[in-house]
Amino acid sequence: MEWEIVMGLEVHTELSTKTKIFCNCSTQFGGEPNTHVCEICSGMPGTLPLLNKNVVEYAVRTGIATNCAITQYNKFDRKNYFYPDLPKAYQISQLYLPICRNGYIEIKGDDGETKKIRIHEIHMEEDAGKLIHDEWEDCTLVDYNRCGVPLLEIVSEPDFRSADEVLQYLEKLRAILQYIGVSDCKMQEGSLRADINLSVRKKGEEKFGVRTEMKNMNSFKAIGRAIEYEAQRQIELLEDGGTVVQETRRWDDSKGISTAMRSKEDAQDYKYFPEPDLPPIEISDEYIEGVKNNLPELPEEKKQRYMTELGLPEYDTNIITGSVYFVRLFERTVEVTGSPKDSANWIMGDLMKLLNDSQTLPENMAFDFDSLGKIINLVNSGKINRGTGKKVLEKVFSENVDPEKYIKDNNLAAVTDTGAIKSVIEQVIAENEKSVNEYKGGKTQAFQYLIGQSMRALRGKAPAQEVQRILKELLG
Amino acid sequence: MTINKELVKYLESLGRIELTEEQRTATEKDLQDILTYIDTLNELPTDGVEPLSHSFPVTNVMREDEVAMHNTRDDILQNAPEEKDGCFVVPKTVD
Repeated sequence: MEWEIVMGLEVHTELSTKTKIFCNCSTQFGGEPNTHVCEICSGMPGTLPLLNKNVVEYAVRTGIATNCAITQYNKFDRKNYFYPDLPKAYQISQLYLPICRNGYIEIKGDDGETKKIRIHEIHMEEDAGKLIHDEWEDCTLVDYNRCGVPLLEIVSEPDFRSADEVLQYLEKLRAILQYIGVSDCKMQEGSLRADINLSVRKKGEEKFGVRTEMKNMNSFKAIGRAIEYEAQRQIELLEDGGTVVQETRRWDDSKGISTAMRSKEDAQDYKYFPEPDLPPIEISDEYIEGVKNNLPELPEEKKQRYMTELGLPEYDTNIITGSVYFVRLFERTVEVTGSPKDSANWIMGDLMKLLNDSQTLPENMAFDFDSLGKIINLVNSGKINRGTGKKVLEKVFSENVDPEKYIKDNNLAAVTDTGAIKSVIEQVIAENEKSVNEYKGGKTQAFQYLIGQSMRALRGKAPAQEVQRILKELLG
Repeated sequence: MTINKELVKYLESLGRIELTEEQRTATEKDLQDILTYIDTLNELPTDGVEPLSHSFPVTNVMREDEVAMHNTRDDILQNAPEEKDGCFVVPKTVD
């Protein structure tokens, strides 16, 4: 029997504003517990929230970039629930009039055609605190630093049919959010989180199956694995004559399984009502126009420009525009070198290898973005050779050294003086009489050996072609 | 809408309280009276009237995105019934 997987996504993204959504506390990640907390975000009685205007702007930016309609009269609602991660015992969110509605993001569907993934809504809300389960005592510790950090929840329609479609959408969404500067989207720090609603049905069926919601995936790889697992679990359950229970499931990536968190039967009744502590928000046409005009170039626009103006191949363009950090590095490198092709080649080749080998995400590249361009210029002008350039890039990547200083300190500059190269090669010839005779006797491998010895004697600093030419000349 | 005992019990569970049988009966009556009173509003024609979302006619009250932190952790934790390692201590929660 053929089954079809149906999925919808709820993506939470932490906004990169300086302060929390309703108070002046810092949003910085990783502070000592409860050091970014005040009477407002710790829920003291009598305090009042005051909305951060940048949160509204970032939400409108996101709405425009994802083709949404902006709800020009929108407001907050109170979602009541009893759990210690929110000290007020309610979360301020938007239910009835979310700030953005009816958008979409385009991906390449499983049939190869362009497919629109519809966005139902985007709403503003506050993040909750972090619960730490005490290892020694039977209690839970609460850190409210994250409590009140602004979030956008981006809710899609159930338009996904495969894990690949989900991952494409997430990659696009992440790129958009990073490009327009509203979130750094670091999954490992929780600033991008995706919950997946998944159900299965027999192919051709109209009605949706019973869905489960999956949480706690903190990498794209984990999301892919969790989808495969959950779809398989539901299919096996149904084929064995069982039924799927509507529930929330937690993904355990190390074990590769998901387990039920709480059944929707005792699901919370959130008793939503309009938030009385915050007045409504009115967004004018002029405001929307202003945000639109100041919106940075989006991934799709950039892709087109790179291909038509800079003449980059589509493959390179797709990879570079896939992360705003690659874009920043690429554009800076083009500025320094004047060569889009060289800049792209170094990023796609040597840099990508360094990232892969060290399992580093582009957002965690920690070197001066001028350095790559400097290295390329040094190679192109013959001051260092290609191999040395590669080694210098490794050092830049791991220790953020200054390329010029590093080359000078370690005496890596290329030997371009023909006389100097010649005298080193003459020395090599004198020391390798046997190989020289073999070469003269017609053994071509002997020549390769002599090249190797010469390069070694020159410590790899001379251009290989030049060494080859001189060696041939000296051997007659 | 009719309030019955089941609904009162449900509200108790949501509010994390437990009423005595006597209080339950009284609450059932009180809530029913309140709802009947509010129902009067349903007699009014409200076509074309926007739902009221705030009691004052104000919109767009916002602040600049500038960090200003006045509290220290010690001040904040004074409000915690119990603290440990700089954190609030609560009964064990399980997801």
